[in-house]
Amino acid sequence: MTVQPILEHPMTKYIRTDRTPWIYCPGCSIGIVTQMVARAIDNLGLDFSKVVIVSGIGCTGRTSGYFKTGTFHTTHGRAIPFAEGVKIANPELEVIVVSGDGDIAAIGGNHLIHACRRNIDITVVCINNNIYGMTGGQFGPTTEHGRYSQTSPRPIGNPDYPFNLVQLAASSGATFVARWTATQARRATDSIEKGIAKKGFSFIEMVGACPTAYGRMNRLGDGLDMHKHFLKVAKIQNGLPPHEAEFEYDRIIVCGEFVNIEKDEYTAVLKQMKEKLRK
Amino acid sequence: MPDRIMFTMGDIASAEGALSAGCRYFGGYPITPATEIAEWMALRMPEVGGSFVQYEDEIASITSVIGASWTGAKSMTATSGPGVSLMLEAIGLAVMTETPLVLVNIMRGGPSTGQPTRGQQGDVMQPKWGSHGDYQIIALTPASVQEMFDQTVQAFNLSERYRVPVFVLADETVGHMRERLVIPDEKDLKLEYRKLATGDPADFLPFKPDDDLVPPMALLGSKYQFYATGLTHDYRGYPTDKEDVQLELVARLNNKILHNADKIIDLERFMLDDAEIAVVAYGTPSRSARKAIKGAREAGIKAGMLRLKTVWPFPEDAIADLASEVKHIIVAEQNFGQVYYMVKASAAPTPIHLMAKPAGMPQLPHEILDKIREIDSL
Repeated sequence: MTVQPILEHPMTKYIRTDRTPWIYCPGCSIGIVTQMVARAIDNLGLDFSKVVIVSGIGCTGRTSGYFKTGTFHTTHGRAIPFAEGVKIANPELEVIVVSGDGDIAAIGGNHLIHACRRNIDITVVCINNNIYGMTGGQFGPTTEHGRYSQTSPRPIGNPDYPFNLVQLAASSGATFVARWTATQARRATDSIEKGIAKKGFSFIEMVGACPTAYGRMNRLGDGLDMHKHFLKVAKIQNGLPPHEAEFEYDRIIVCGEFVNIEKDEYTAVLKQMKEKLRK
Repeated sequence: MPDRIMFTMGDIASAEGALSAGCRYFGGYPITPATEIAEWMALRMPEVGGSFVQYEDEIASITSVIGASWTGAKSMTATSGPGVSLMLEAIGLAVMTETPLVLVNIMRGGPSTGQPTRGQQGDVMQPKWGSHGDYQIIALTPASVQEMFDQTVQAFNLSERYRVPVFVLADETVGHMRERLVIPDEKDLKLEYRKLATGDPADFLPFKPDDDLVPPMALLGSKYQFYATGLTHDYRGYPTDKEDVQLELVARLNNKILHNADKIIDLERFMLDDAEIAVVAYGTPSRSARKAIKGAREAGIKAGMLRLKTVWPFPEDAIADLASEVKHIIVAEQNFGQVYYMVKASAAPTPIHLMAKPAGMPQLPHEILDKIREIDSL
């Protein structure tokens, strides 16, 4: 009996293999999270042609382009409103936004909170690597106070304080909110699945490593070191009130599913309004 | 169904034009003096089975319109100058990804917050040059309530045909004036829809143009998978920094409009055949000019008007022809001189005289007549 070698990754069917190798640096978490999204889609058995993947700008902003379905690379920060237009104009489509913390929480922060408030049925996977990677490592909306970056160099450090994205999404009205690190592949994939299946706005923060910029400038080691660190500081506390979901890079990153509630979904509300007019 | 007749304002006529054209998605944000379009759409859009969404700002509005358009819905937004300023980055994305959409700009006084309730024509250059990089858009300039309807329908047709954002540029006076509007039965309207992708999905190249320089469009949720990006992209839609791809793409995005300029541009010639002095005007000042020209004719002065119903692509050839017919051209516009510079570039060496008025009250008929008399006495 001869053993046939596995020549193809099982998620290849979802990926534009003619675009490999990807642009990501060694040690980056974005590829891992991309695989989680693909596996979540696979586990749910979705008709992939009805899945739309949208990104903004940045390293994570390139994610949409690697999926072999209808994909769109919008302007910086605007992945969510693009996704809203798609979902409202055709509610049959499964719309997933994959973008970075700078894109979603800084330049696009206003759209995030208002999409949460509207409770529109899209799933946002926000890869939080605590830094602007694509532009070479400047502090962003999730960079901790005092951390070093190209725009907060030694010995100055970051003058700003970070958003806690779980708290932001939960307090803005998202109906499903979770946080995992890139090392918790099965649990995170499970949450992405739940987020996609949820009829409402789902926000999944994926804490990732940027060894090239954040790791290097803050002496956090290489990609492997950073991922090992995630395993060490990740504390799983499913169901914890979101305001207690601490994120302190050195000490504790609380992971889990914090919000899973039912509320009227926006496109369903619009449909009801149209029916009201027909009566 | 017989024609519907309304006595209504330009803003509402534009909204009705959009609905008649088949628009089924409106994303907007309130702004004077365009708000009536959103208000009208809030009730009428769900009535026809479409979606009206009020967003948190103009950036979200226009970006959502791009998203909706890619599902196959004819989509629009409406705003005024400050809103357009916020939308310009996304207009560039719509140009680059060749997204059909319509943007109605009811122009108010500027710069900045300016005079929100007063009309002006200060935003003529903005859509053409405001987003970064080299590109062409289409901009139509209605001058009556009926034209607000008719040219909004035309805006959708052009945007679908060329896969480009089309602006309806109306000054506040046109937006808020009330006149008779005749809404024709939909079967009497000639409506266009984008060319859709055909053939084997495996061979499909989403940005490979046909001979008319416009690529067939694949919709989200269809059997065609594609990647659309604001980055410079090849026929596959894949980003590239190759110089030849950039040169070909930028040339095509410009040429698909410029090569069809004669099919896009709509002009009205008024009493021009024997004219020695021509007024070039659009929007509300063209209404004053019409009366002034009648007055000039009564006084024995051979005056006429070339009324621009399209400002982008700019009717350079028509202006050059006009310059060879007349001795003087007066450009009357409700700004400090914008179309004036385009006319000057197209009509040299014929003398061009600017009647600029960057304020709410347009040039009045007697003011234009005085200018015609002044030019006639030269």
